[in-house]
Amino acid sequence: MYFSPEPVRNLKLSHKIVSKQQLSENVFVADIEAPLIAKARKPGQFVIVCTRGNYSERIPLTIAGADASKGTIRLIWQRVGKSTAEMSDMKVGDEIDNIAGPLGKPTHIEKFGTVVCIGGGIGAAPLLPIAEGMKKAGNKLISILGARTKELLILQEEFAAISDEIIIVTDDGSVGKKALVTEPLKEICQRSPKPELAVAIGPAIMMKFCCQTTAPLNVPTVVSLNTIMIDGTGMCGGCRVEVDSKPMFVCVDGPEFDGHKVNFDLMMKRMTAYRDLEQESLKKYKDHACKIGL
Amino acid sequence: MELSVNESEKLLQEMLEKQKNGGLKPADRYAIPSQDMPAQDPGVRKGNISEVATGYSSLQARLEAMRCLQCKTAPCMEGCPVKIRIRDFVTAIAQGDDVKALAVIKENSLLPAVCGRVCPQEVQCQETCTVGKKFKDVEKSVSIGRLERYVADLDQESNSIPQVAAPTGKKVAVIGSGPGGIVVATDLRRMGHDVTVFEAFHKPGGVMVYGIPEFRLPKAIVQREIDVLTKMGVKIVCNFVVGRTRTVGELMNEDGFDAVYIGVGAGLPNFMNIAGESLIGVYSANEYLTRANLMNAYKFGKGSDTPIAQSKRVAVVGGGNVAMDAARTALRLGAEKVFIVYRRSEKEMPARVEELHHAKEEGVEFCLLQNPKRVIGDENSRVQAIEILKYELGEPDASGRRKPVVIPGSEFILPVDTVIIAIGNGANPLIGQTTPGLALNKWGNIVVDESCKTSLDGVYAGGDIVLGAATVILAMGQGRIAAAAINDYLKTKK
Repeated sequence: MYFSPEPVRNLKLSHKIVSKQQLSENVFVADIEAPLIAKARKPGQFVIVCTRGNYSERIPLTIAGADASKGTIRLIWQRVGKSTAEMSDMKVGDEIDNIAGPLGKPTHIEKFGTVVCIGGGIGAAPLLPIAEGMKKAGNKLISILGARTKELLILQEEFAAISDEIIIVTDDGSVGKKALVTEPLKEICQRSPKPELAVAIGPAIMMKFCCQTTAPLNVPTVVSLNTIMIDGTGMCGGCRVEVDSKPMFVCVDGPEFDGHKVNFDLMMKRMTAYRDLEQESLKKYKDHACKIGL
Repeated sequence: MELSVNESEKLLQEMLEKQKNGGLKPADRYAIPSQDMPAQDPGVRKGNISEVATGYSSLQARLEAMRCLQCKTAPCMEGCPVKIRIRDFVTAIAQGDDVKALAVIKENSLLPAVCGRVCPQEVQCQETCTVGKKFKDVEKSVSIGRLERYVADLDQESNSIPQVAAPTGKKVAVIGSGPGGIVVATDLRRMGHDVTVFEAFHKPGGVMVYGIPEFRLPKAIVQREIDVLTKMGVKIVCNFVVGRTRTVGELMNEDGFDAVYIGVGAGLPNFMNIAGESLIGVYSANEYLTRANLMNAYKFGKGSDTPIAQSKRVAVVGGGNVAMDAARTALRLGAEKVFIVYRRSEKEMPARVEELHHAKEEGVEFCLLQNPKRVIGDENSRVQAIEILKYELGEPDASGRRKPVVIPGSEFILPVDTVIIAIGNGANPLIGQTTPGLALNKWGNIVVDESCKTSLDGVYAGGDIVLGAATVILAMGQGRIAAAAINDYLKTKK
């Protein structure tokens, strides 16, 4: 049966949290039951999470890994808005109302030669399966992980285990070198031979500067975008970005694009479209959580 | 001319008397004034999301039904995409037998409460009505849609569940839970097949829940149809994106489905490809309506966390029903001024006359023979205005409508903070891309034969993904054809 081992219940597939950990002050990782998604997902794809049926936002989260035999997917998220706050407060055994996926085009993985993977903050999470895939395909893998400070750096060991070379940087120098990711990236791209491909995933501003670094050195650079979405299947167009001055839908045309062609400034502005309302929702949730003693 | 309730009562008694004594003559029927649909006051309703049209009373329904000449040729039936025996159900209402009327409708239509509300009757059954022809005014035709809604709504309480035949052991996957999917699932389940409906969203109902607003089609009516499905034993799986979660091939080859029906809708919004279309505050109608309807943005801060633009001045681009829905939704979300910007004249507007009329009543302003040239943003990339070009009508184009031609130098600026693009949808590529061998036309729509069969054995399709932008009733019509064809196919399959 297609929905084994769990039968369909209440018109929904079950998405129970089977394990959950806090990685840093605001970053969480959880393995969640989603057998069909675990089986179908490929590196680079994402899911849409909707925590409360008809009354919550639908947010895209990139899949950080999966165990098809256990039927679980791994999500890593940062507590920023109402939905991620709700997820952060959930416990093992709790169920997430709705998860749809895997969505988006998978990463194009082949043997390029040398691939440099740049992960900024929580961006290391979606980057990991891509880096694993690149390594498995026979590429030489150089990883650059960056974060504001030591506590915010995640998945260092996992990347170290698969990378031929790994560079750690933090804004404050609390671990690794005190630098932005663009500094080692530039150095690597100036090596001879230079890497055939760069993959940068992190805050939009980091991806923008990575692309500004690699463009003059002619290193093709893939970025993975995480915009505001609703359905994740191309139906609403809310996720559209300008790539090469043309509108593209992140959900079906992406989420990965040629970073040198992405209009990051517009994308960053679009991501603030609902900032005030999002803060209002979050505040309400926090006030409520205080009252009930969460 | 509108009669008071007392006058109507009196008229009905007169007519009943005549009916008893030899029947009504055409002249008697013509003399009955066409019954207006009771509706919420425009000033009140634009501040709420409740249904605008409140429905006929039994008195009105009976008088309206008596206007029907009961033509031998029943031209109305020819105008109906699913060939409801309209004359017979209207006659039943005129005779006071609403139960029979419903039974007649249900022979051919499975969603009368929906179709009575959203069918474009004025270009279907009511266009061909003899009464309308006599008065040379389609609005004077017998109000078949209102009568359909009247009998369907009487049934809302009854909870009758269609009979299900003995299990056939055959499994069918229905992709999409919109009107087409619901009809296919109902019919095939009635025939005893094991039916599973897959829905990509977290809630079933398709365009009837994300697109058509509550004030035009209450969600409770759609939910009732979904409940009937589940009570019949149809399984509905939400958050399941066919093409991604499982492909059509996997459903058939690995999951044991003997046949598949694809009714995923259109679902890829067209944009205008003008400057500024990615600014904050520019929406596709799909996004705007989905936030408002499916995700309850109008309850933001009162239980819902779905944000939507807090608009004061809104421009909706387009002239179809979706544009009207978006414009009227914007009013209900608190916009002070809403403009419909349409590049042809009112005559060419594809929206239903009724919707146009309702929008005008509620204060939507129409900028006709105008089209945006670009969207202008402020320093934060938020919409500030649109620049509009004026048009005049030229020669008829391929669609038979007069082609709008730009008037050079006619540009002007319309200050708005929100722009909603409602100029139709392309075909969503997800299923096409992930189903090898599935034939598509040059627009990406799935190619089917007259039985709605695709190029693949056991795979059928219908609705907007086949027809392009169409209607609920056409999706339903194709659903019925496909269900019959799938049933035949399953009989031949071992």
